[in-house]
Amino acid sequence: MNTSPSPRRIVVIGNGMVGARMAQETARLDPQGTRVHLDLVGTEHHPSYNRVLLPSVLAGTHTPEQIRLPVPDTPTINVRTGVSATHIDTTQREVDLDDGTHLRFDELVLATGARAVLPPLAGVTTPDGRPAQGVSTLRDLADCQRVLSLVRPGAPVVILGGGVLGLETARGLIERGARVSVVESSPWIMRRQIDQEAAHILARRYEELGVSVHTWRVATRWIPDTGLELDDARLVPGEALVVTAGVRANTELAQQAGIEVDHGIVIDDHLTTSHSRVHAIGDCAQHPGGGAGLVHPGWEQASVLARRLSGTEPGARYRGARPLTRLKAQGIELTAFGHVHDPQGDQDPHLETLTISDPAQGRYLRLSVRDQRLVGATLLGFPQAAATLSQLYDTGAPVPADRLALAQGPPTAPPEQNTTTLVCRCNAVDREDIEQAWLDGARTRQAIADRTRATTGCGGCVPDLDALLEQMSHTPTAPTTG
Amino acid sequence: MTTRTHCPYCALQCAMDLTPTPQGRLTVSPAPFPTNRGGLCRKGWTSTEVLTTPDRLTRPLLRQHRDAPLTEVDWDTALDHIAEQLLKLRTHLGPDSVAVFGSGALTNEKAYLLGKFARLALGTSQIDYNGRFCMSSAAAARNRAFGLDRGLPFPLTDLACAQVVLLAGANPAETMPPMMGHLSAPRLIVIDPRRTATAQTALDQGGLHLAPRPGTDLVLALSLLHTVGTQGHLDQDYIDQRTHGFEPAWEQATAWWPEHAELLTGVPAAQIHAAADLLGQAARDHSAYILTGRGTEQHTTGTDTVSAWINLALALGLPGRPGSGYGCITGQGNGQGGREHGQKADQLPGYRRIDDPDARAHIARVWDTDPQDLPGPGRSAVELLNALGTPNGPRALLTFGSNPAVSAPHTFRTHQRLAALDLLVVADFVLSQTAAMAHVVLPVAQWAEESGTMTNLEGRVLRRRRATTPPPGVRTDLEVLQGLATRLGQPAHRFPTDPDTALTELGAASAGGMADYSGITPQRLACDQPLYWPMPQNDPPTPRLFLESFAHPDQRARFIAVSHRPPAEAPDPHHPLIATTGRIMGHYQTGAQTHRVDQLRTAEPVAHLEVHPDTAARAGLTDEGWAHLTSPRGTTLARVRLDPTARLDTVFVPFHYAHAQAANNLTSSALDPTSHMPEFKLSAVRLEPAPPP
Repeated sequence: MNTSPSPRRIVVIGNGMVGARMAQETARLDPQGTRVHLDLVGTEHHPSYNRVLLPSVLAGTHTPEQIRLPVPDTPTINVRTGVSATHIDTTQREVDLDDGTHLRFDELVLATGARAVLPPLAGVTTPDGRPAQGVSTLRDLADCQRVLSLVRPGAPVVILGGGVLGLETARGLIERGARVSVVESSPWIMRRQIDQEAAHILARRYEELGVSVHTWRVATRWIPDTGLELDDARLVPGEALVVTAGVRANTELAQQAGIEVDHGIVIDDHLTTSHSRVHAIGDCAQHPGGGAGLVHPGWEQASVLARRLSGTEPGARYRGARPLTRLKAQGIELTAFGHVHDPQGDQDPHLETLTISDPAQGRYLRLSVRDQRLVGATLLGFPQAAATLSQLYDTGAPVPADRLALAQGPPTAPPEQNTTTLVCRCNAVDREDIEQAWLDGARTRQAIADRTRATTGCGGCVPDLDALLEQMSHTPTAPTTG
Repeated sequence: MTTRTHCPYCALQCAMDLTPTPQGRLTVSPAPFPTNRGGLCRKGWTSTEVLTTPDRLTRPLLRQHRDAPLTEVDWDTALDHIAEQLLKLRTHLGPDSVAVFGSGALTNEKAYLLGKFARLALGTSQIDYNGRFCMSSAAAARNRAFGLDRGLPFPLTDLACAQVVLLAGANPAETMPPMMGHLSAPRLIVIDPRRTATAQTALDQGGLHLAPRPGTDLVLALSLLHTVGTQGHLDQDYIDQRTHGFEPAWEQATAWWPEHAELLTGVPAAQIHAAADLLGQAARDHSAYILTGRGTEQHTTGTDTVSAWINLALALGLPGRPGSGYGCITGQGNGQGGREHGQKADQLPGYRRIDDPDARAHIARVWDTDPQDLPGPGRSAVELLNALGTPNGPRALLTFGSNPAVSAPHTFRTHQRLAALDLLVVADFVLSQTAAMAHVVLPVAQWAEESGTMTNLEGRVLRRRRATTPPPGVRTDLEVLQGLATRLGQPAHRFPTDPDTALTELGAASAGGMADYSGITPQRLACDQPLYWPMPQNDPPTPRLFLESFAHPDQRARFIAVSHRPPAEAPDPHHPLIATTGRIMGHYQTGAQTHRVDQLRTAEPVAHLEVHPDTAARAGLTDEGWAHLTSPRGTTLARVRLDPTARLDTVFVPFHYAHAQAANNLTSSALDPTSHMPEFKLSAVRLEPAPPP
């Protein structure tokens, strides 16, 4: 008789990046399917794909096929696309699907994600709440295809929302030859991630690419085939309007099931909701540590929850994220994380800041350090430093004393000890040895090599030795060292 | 009279001429040969000094009981004692109570007969070798991608014509200097957490140095695959016609767009884009190579990481085409031949699997025995060492050409296990650290004192020629094996002491296997023909593999869908840094040879710690001062060398030193699940100032 317990039944609702990662992680932890049986349902008909790369699809650097994410080939993991969950019964532990079938669960994972918000703005929506003619959001592949059908080379496009997605979209549409304008209602672009000075330089970079940036302007009306009217009565021309003005968590299913919901579905460090058998991860979830809207925390949540629910690490916890924004825009290197500098608000005497503002080169760097730990940074045009600092922030490691050197990245010249007098590394022959060989009568490369072994390793020092020989042959007296 | 032979050290196997002086010593001069192009590094130049080292062993040593000192005995006493102990163990505990540990430094003939000795004379399944620490991850990945594992499937000289060569975790400027002569024209992309001499060369030649955090190479390779794809460099015709499995491999890469990979690897996204473009452009001209070394392989994810590099090569259409390819840079002198002829736990000669009934039948025929009498697969190196002296583990160990007391990971545990043995037999020419722990030490001949064949990093079989006679009292490894085998009841002819006789038998044993040596004869070796395996009898050698087809039955190469896993150990508040280990120019492996050469010892007499000045200052360390590195397993001592190009989170120590300065005091015995490679390249450590030794 088989005495092993039957596999735990997990149902995941949502086949986005985080839901799919949950399935993938589960497959990795339980390749034989002895621990769990997992059903995943997703509304979209496509297999799971990398939403983060949608602006790259717009730019044409990726095709839709190229952003597909892996589907587990474990027989106990069953992925169904084009199917939506319509109701959760937490008492019967059952999910109703819109194809009339039901899924029973021991544990339910909500990975329902978020949807793009259309602002209450005249002309943007149809009476039934859908995007009006010429208008699109950019949340899924269908949106992406819609945007591509709306833009054409040389034609004007307006992007409403100057956050990360808006700016990445703007960069992508430039690659398609569109004339792009960005409209942002906040005082500056990327208001949540960077300070005003950085935003100003960033806007200049965009303007150099041909993007016109309008900040602190509220849109009043979308006029099809004409453009976006602003509160100062200006008209920003546009044949298409791409709305990138934020998202809202998809919480309706949870709410109907009586699960606690705030901005998102409320979860704790176990990634569990107010119902002990229902869990939530990704953009639909709201953890005290934040991180919604970024994929990295969502994937971390998927990994933790997969370890918990598969039983491979029941004690795994999600402790919150250190959200980090990394703009993906060709030719613009922007990284921002943590504390955002506020010239009025920063009264903390223990907060040190280092600022390099270089508008002429389109570069900006600001580090905020407390107790030798990085608490925030904005890095525009410092790719090497950004990579290093991101890791220091992520790992909580102390910041080097010489912060300016950090900004410059590691030296490209070899360390000094290798350049002083060593000529042939392979055989540890230095300049003095060669001069001595010369004094002893060696006058050719071969003669020097016979005496010192210089050049007999990789041969890389042949030009150096030849130069030395040349130099010595023109020195009338014996060469001196030092 | 001058003898043409090859260097005793690494897999480049530089050709050299040995000439006796009137005093009877041998002098070295470099010889023209494709791999070394007439060059030698300082180790090669000074290699003959080890032949006459004052502490050379010339008499067997025996310890009468565990606490007794080693004393000199004659050969019969030593061999009789060993045989008696081995027979006793076999009678009481079965044949697997005796284990054998071989080496990638042994000639093909020795490696072959050592495997035969284990399976036939001892009847044990418990044989593995130190190549498990070198080539196993690359070998496993190559086998699953190509169906065959030959380090470079093309002559080394092909590299010189390439536009771009990517080196992942390889530092030939330090470890194989003459190889750099082939890399002076291509632009280099070096992947290494350290600014090594090779990385510096890359920058000097207009190439790139990408310095990932240790343990994240796989992510970097996936990100490069993703980026070459999005930059339009995929060779779709090649992918369609010559490979399988692209889609799932690509989907794994989709999760690692450069800006995302940047956070985990610490490599700027802009560098990933630049590297992908440099590599991709060269690949379009079929003029790019990807090479891997131990840096990317010696991880618990080593096999998958090599698969990720191979995936990148396949996506660009590099392998199996003239002018481009993927290769791994073999480390030990006979790291290639050593993994082909049966000293690996799961293999029989000719690169055959020991669990393959046809392979067993073939080998049993050559060995004149019953296939059923051949043991099955045994434990891999670290598992074998960890089992020594445990209730179900071997009670006796015989080592040849290896010094596991220094080279194996987790020194403390390795020493515990070695000390728990009833019988430790070490064949060596000096009293290595392992020999010092042995019950019996057998003094054996060195490279210039015997002949045989070696297979270099290109899969080219070379003649090692005898240039001088061993000192009186010293025997060859083959003589030792015969002496033991006959005492264990084997007929002498099964264990020939003449290397050419052994080669002939090896040829027959390997015939029809993947690494077929049956066409390699003393006559052809004598002509210095370039003999690349596979070389079946009457067939020409194979300098370039896979030009027509890969070695899988369907002739296609395989993409393997691999994904990132974290290393076995992560830094924690008590061990906040990562220590990585490796080689330096002046020493070789455990230093048993190079520490006995004056010039090499005095140049690098002690272990050094390569550390960023800030990281050092934070730990209270000063340049040239001494430091303790402490991991969860142990502490090692090294002298501080500040390096402003170092990563802030990573320090480096070389592994050529023993005792308090042994790098493997730090490392763990966590293994790659496929190759069973230990994670030499990553231990969590803290730094503290230490008094000078």
